[in-house]
Amino acid sequence: MKSSKRRLAALSLLAVLFATGVSVTASFADSDSDHPVPSLPKGLDPDTDTDPFPSTYKPLPSHPTAIVGAHIFTGTGTEITDGTILISNGKIEAVGENLAVPSGYETIDAHGEWVTPGLIDVHSHMGVYPVPEVQAHSDGNEATDPNTAQVWAEHSVWPQDPAFNTSRRGGVTTLQILPGSANLFGGRSAILRNVPGRTVQDMKFPGAPYGLKMACGENPKRVYGSRERAPSTRMGNVAGYRAAWIKAAEYERKWDEYHRKIAHGDRADPPTRDLQLDTLVGVLKGKILVQNHCYRADEMAQMIDISKEFGFHVTMFHHAVEAYKIADLLKANDVCVTVWANWGGFKLEAYDAIEENAALVHAAGACVTIHSDDSNLTQRLNQEVAEALSAGRRAGLDIPEREAIMWITRNSAKALGILDQTGTLEPGKRADVVIWNKDPFSIYALTQKVYIDGGLAYDRHDPNFQPKSDFMVGQDEGL
Amino acid sequence: MKTLLLSTAVAFAALTAAASAETIAIVGGHIHTVGAAGDIASGTVVIRDGKIASVSAGDHVPAGARVIDAHGAVVTPGLIAADAGLAETEVGEDADAAELGDETAGPGDGTRDLSTQSKSLTAAFDVQYALNPDSTVIPLARLAGITRAVVTPEYGFSGGRNAQPREALFAGQAAVIQLGKGHALLVRPHAAMVIDLGESGGEHAGGSRNAAIVELKDILSDVRSYKANKAAYERNQTRSYTLSKADLEALIPVVDGRMPLQVNVQRASDIRNVLEVAREEKLKVILEGADEGWMVADEIAAAHVPVILDPTDDLPMNFERLHASMENAAKLQATGVEIVVANVAEGYRVRELRYLAGDAVAYGLPWSEALKAVTINPARVFGIADRAGSLEPGKDADVVVWSGDPFEPLSQPKAILIKGEEQPLTSRQLQLRDRYRNLNTAYPPEYH
Repeated sequence: MKSSKRRLAALSLLAVLFATGVSVTASFADSDSDHPVPSLPKGLDPDTDTDPFPSTYKPLPSHPTAIVGAHIFTGTGTEITDGTILISNGKIEAVGENLAVPSGYETIDAHGEWVTPGLIDVHSHMGVYPVPEVQAHSDGNEATDPNTAQVWAEHSVWPQDPAFNTSRRGGVTTLQILPGSANLFGGRSAILRNVPGRTVQDMKFPGAPYGLKMACGENPKRVYGSRERAPSTRMGNVAGYRAAWIKAAEYERKWDEYHRKIAHGDRADPPTRDLQLDTLVGVLKGKILVQNHCYRADEMAQMIDISKEFGFHVTMFHHAVEAYKIADLLKANDVCVTVWANWGGFKLEAYDAIEENAALVHAAGACVTIHSDDSNLTQRLNQEVAEALSAGRRAGLDIPEREAIMWITRNSAKALGILDQTGTLEPGKRADVVIWNKDPFSIYALTQKVYIDGGLAYDRHDPNFQPKSDFMVGQDEGL
Repeated sequence: MKTLLLSTAVAFAALTAAASAETIAIVGGHIHTVGAAGDIASGTVVIRDGKIASVSAGDHVPAGARVIDAHGAVVTPGLIAADAGLAETEVGEDADAAELGDETAGPGDGTRDLSTQSKSLTAAFDVQYALNPDSTVIPLARLAGITRAVVTPEYGFSGGRNAQPREALFAGQAAVIQLGKGHALLVRPHAAMVIDLGESGGEHAGGSRNAAIVELKDILSDVRSYKANKAAYERNQTRSYTLSKADLEALIPVVDGRMPLQVNVQRASDIRNVLEVAREEKLKVILEGADEGWMVADEIAAAHVPVILDPTDDLPMNFERLHASMENAAKLQATGVEIVVANVAEGYRVRELRYLAGDAVAYGLPWSEALKAVTINPARVFGIADRAGSLEPGKDADVVVWSGDPFEPLSQPKAILIKGEEQPLTSRQLQLRDRYRNLNTAYPPEYH
């Protein structure tokens, strides 16, 4: 997700170094023995261990499986009316019509049923604002400073949130868990596989890039304005973003300079490590994706300008209720948006929300996804897509279902930087698959089976595959 | 200014009279009458003077009638949204307020009238006075097939981190409105007295369920005493009552069993308590919420108490809803409970009402019962079944013609009539849509 502009900047830096005769062959990682690199004590160099809370995710048990006879929405914009999916080693092996089922595969007869990729909810607060909603578990907003880029959502996730299970029942196999929107910089998101885990590390999507939650508009200015401190206005918001990026660029420069000196065998004092700036520099380096809560069209345009000023890329605007007003701008800048179908009017910056938003953005050729932001709504993302699609058709936009399903599958994976892993039913990808009893664009459609990495994670007709959180255990003993 | 308003009103009245005198035939649709005539695979609804004149099988166009072609379409009564904030909330309460904390539980910006922070007003709080016919949310609701709503008061507190619940037992009185353009909104004031019991009720009574029930009984006793001693009260010769005169007056129809007490309650044991109090105090009760209602369905059915519920409430949102289930609606109905499907969500989400009915069907509620739950059942529960809720001769002609199954998102209303008048299929949101359809124009969208 590195922006082309950023890549360009890196290349020209190399060119300058070569031109001035400075050797860049001695890389920081493998210095030669003549100039031993004095390594810093553990934890002081932001570049030596960028994954201090590594994923311990293990896919659920799986065996070779053939789902046969289903109406398949592949997530790539195509559909197969009588198709077969072969799954082996947790991966999609093949998808097509009239595929022969190899021996040793369990055959799931899905005639009369529908199949989609596992759904992806790109905006969830499960675990950080779990149910039951109690203050003791209200861990989603570190609303103590407008810049808390140093906090990570995964450190607030309660893996026993019962809502993970109902979300999975709704077909959601991948989640982005975000900090709240109180701050200009809310902190890092966590990308999770929607499997039960004893720890959040057990749920972390291996290799998925982090996101940085940013927030525009009413929330940050209201939270801090009410405390008689900045920001209290939208212009205060923008000054806050820019000041932070200046600090981040300076921090990046200092570390680059330090690493260059050390690589040359020169002595150098390391800068002091700063978790907040580590995250922002991760964005500048294109390794962390900006996930920006931003309702209004004019503010989205300003955020795009800020990204150009400092050389990073906004990956996706969230709750972008006015995206339809700037669909051309979004397309030109390769920025995705994530929206609701029906929500609006609950605050002034959501006043111009229209049901046709997703359809209009899609029709303009920009990248649109549908999100929940809600532990109840996440159970019915397919219905949200159907509602948004229906509004589009009412407006004369002829978008087929096979394309609209991408709003909760392919496009969502793209916006989380995991499209090479999931989001479509294509050979080689993780076998995240949902079987529905009816067309998922029907209100009456219910998931039947949900596979994550080829393992059966939910089965509507088998209580053994309907996991229950620790919290719910024994709650019916007194009944 | 006054003259202008007057002339507008006169013009409206003239328009309304002309439209009402019209005879309309909706021909060829699959009609779900939700009345004695049941379902008619292909029939005609004849509307005269704003009322339904007849509903019958086949195509019957009276002489001079304007025809609405409904062949291949589905015809239903207009939907009724119980538990709604319509016409009293233009810009709703921020959905993020709870997560952001108390300091962000934003002010109403002057458009929210469903609750009060007044310390001296509880049962007498009455939503009939702030109804705003110009609310842009009304056309939006109409486009979702909603033709009437029960505007329901809320408590004057929003769930911020340090927000204190208002110490007032009753939220106030609900009112039924109609959404037809050009008519007065108010149809039936004083439709229900609204109260929370259970967890949030306890919060309004100092922090305990126990206190809420004791306080309720005490107040009902006060109301009866006041009612019997009004003259003495005016002479200051009664014992003192905790509530104001206005509140006491408002509660007289409740103790008389004429006005239903709409009780928001979730936990099974709390529902039992409410049923018991209703029996003791001879109250007419409506349960609202009732996420654990399915666990005591037989008791609710035996008490003939209707339930307003959101079928998609399936999460243990707090400790009184640990057994919330997607099957709540189906189980209650199967046990004989009259259910009303409603949307607890605010703002534009009022348009999700028809989808909620469909969700209940997906989890076992018969389709015809789901349609009742958004038409005739709320009409009955809120006292307007004599004029709305079904397609039967003599009732107001609130009719929706749908392109298909009304619960399906891919269906849309093709025609909407309220009191026999065809409603424009327009809204502020649709105008915004059209303004931004084409972004590549010489003039900015403001010129469109």
